[in-house]
Amino acid sequence: MVPLSYYLVLGGILFVCGVLGFLIKRNIITIFMSIELMLNGVNLSFVAYAAQWHALSGQVFVFFVMVVAAAEAAVGLAIIIAVYRTRETLNVDQVNLLKL
Amino acid sequence: MFHLILFLFFGVICVAGAVNLLVQSHPINSALSLIVVMASLAGEYLLLGAEFVAAVQVIVYAGAIMVLFLITIMLLNAGKEERSKGSRVATLIGVPGVIIGAVLVAWTLIGRSSIGRSTTQSVSIGALWGAPQDIARLLFHEFLLPFEVTSVLILIAIMGAVVLTSKPEAVARGQRKDG
Repeated sequence: MVPLSYYLVLGGILFVCGVLGFLIKRNIITIFMSIELMLNGVNLSFVAYAAQWHALSGQVFVFFVMVVAAAEAAVGLAIIIAVYRTRETLNVDQVNLLKL
Repeated sequence: MFHLILFLFFGVICVAGAVNLLVQSHPINSALSLIVVMASLAGEYLLLGAEFVAAVQVIVYAGAIMVLFLITIMLLNAGKEERSKGSRVATLIGVPGVIIGAVLVAWTLIGRSSIGRSTTQSVSIGALWGAPQDIARLLFHEFLLPFEVTSVLILIAIMGAVVLTSKPEAVARGQRKDG
């Protein structure tokens, strides 16, 4: 028997790791991976609450989150490729102009 | 008891992978540790009885999305990231702030509320309640409209990815051919 709070704390740790990575990382791809980490932390608490209350809609929401994450990854990585084509860098500190 | 051991096993792997993602300076190492995080999260989902979510987690997240990341990293030949210096005020105030916040949240969750004492049901194989047919019934009846809307979202994402990654000259040539 595992208390529900353990799952929530684990999800919170993952979310905080994602926020930290988003703030301290300078590589644009790693920043993007930190966002995925945050989404995973939220997914874990969704599934934990679904198991707690035997409500399957929590699990269905996880699928929607996954779909949005997949769409976000496809578009985001395409944007990263477009940025790299014009700037030839992945460092977010050097991507500071909207128009070249 | 066995349940708790498995939870701790997967949880430790999960947190180790997440911390490794932050520590590594090469993006490909970060991507591989993110795969470790996602695979161990699938284990946690199995412990919670969500077998279908666990399978989808491995197939979609650890499979499809991370392959997309790895291909991008290899395509752009991403090297070591250079670190930029953070401000000292952020370190002085931020680190104690983060620790205090984390302790407060964990203390509230574990000790002070009713959800801290309630435990999740332990599941045995064969007695799982998150079966694919139940999820499908919910997804295709109550959540049918959101499900259809996500298909439009995916379609838009595909078109956006194609347009964004195609070379500017190719786009211009296509417009000239249309007009």
